[in-house]
Amino acid sequence: MATEELTSAVQEHHTSTGLDNTKMAMWGFLGSECLFFGSLISTYLLYRNQTADGPNSADLYDIPYTSVSSFVLLMSSLTMVLALAACHRKDQRGMRAWLLATALLGMVFIGGQIYEFTEFAHEGLSLEVSPFGSSFYVLTGFHGAHVTVGILMLLLLVGMSMFNRLGPDDSRKVELIGLYWHFVDIVWIIIFTVVYLIPS
Amino acid sequence: MSQYAEAQEEIELEHHPEPGQYVKIAVILAILTAMEVAVAYLDALSDVIIPVLGALAIAKFAMVVGYFMHLKFDSKLFRYLFVTGLVFAIALFSIVLTIFFGSLGGPAPGGPGG
Repeated sequence: MATEELTSAVQEHHTSTGLDNTKMAMWGFLGSECLFFGSLISTYLLYRNQTADGPNSADLYDIPYTSVSSFVLLMSSLTMVLALAACHRKDQRGMRAWLLATALLGMVFIGGQIYEFTEFAHEGLSLEVSPFGSSFYVLTGFHGAHVTVGILMLLLLVGMSMFNRLGPDDSRKVELIGLYWHFVDIVWIIIFTVVYLIPS
Repeated sequence: MSQYAEAQEEIELEHHPEPGQYVKIAVILAILTAMEVAVAYLDALSDVIIPVLGALAIAKFAMVVGYFMHLKFDSKLFRYLFVTGLVFAIALFSIVLTIFFGSLGGPAPGGPGG
């Protein structure tokens, strides 16, 4: 189909913007999520030095370990975009494989976060011990919850595809969940720098 | 899929990168991450660590949003929606930090939990 015909077909559609409403809603949602995580990061920066009698960040953070977790999450963005590319090529098997790889990388990241939280708890950092502990757990915990929701949605897509509930023409669903997943990744890019790498 | 949806998708896909390009972008992202970690350990860069790490994080952020989320190729309306949220977040961030560390001198050490 020529570009002019395609453009014309899009313009004939009755949405006032000519754009897909679900994708518009997802971008609006992600914009609002920027504010949500922006407020949590601001709170963390305010309280990062308020350690009371608990441990501080220098005692706890293991940069090489967190760097590996960050790398894993970053690579999950690659597998996600490859899943979408496979979906656009109508390659259902390829799409399933990449979606599964993305979910597995997400699980590795979450496993790493659970291990990290356990270690920090053993070191004496809890939600109640200091403002630093509260702001750290709330920020990284909410991010982890977002990753977990993303993993569930990815597995749902894989399941739908396996039971022929996700046809080759349903690429918009994969794209929307992909946008959410990439957002979770960019939030971690900021958290990794602000929380772990920039010294107190 | 409706003719509309099919047409819209074809227009969007015309400008999307190929899988090989996605891999190249991921390699660049991995290199930038390695550079971030190296910068965090280099004492020689301790005076400029915040701007350098900030620049690297912004570069990674922009690459993921632009290429993996296709914001570079999609409608400008999506860009406006996302950037509006981002601008509000940065404004909130700046206002909160300015109030606490500028005017009020930061949270009191003996304050709640302090």
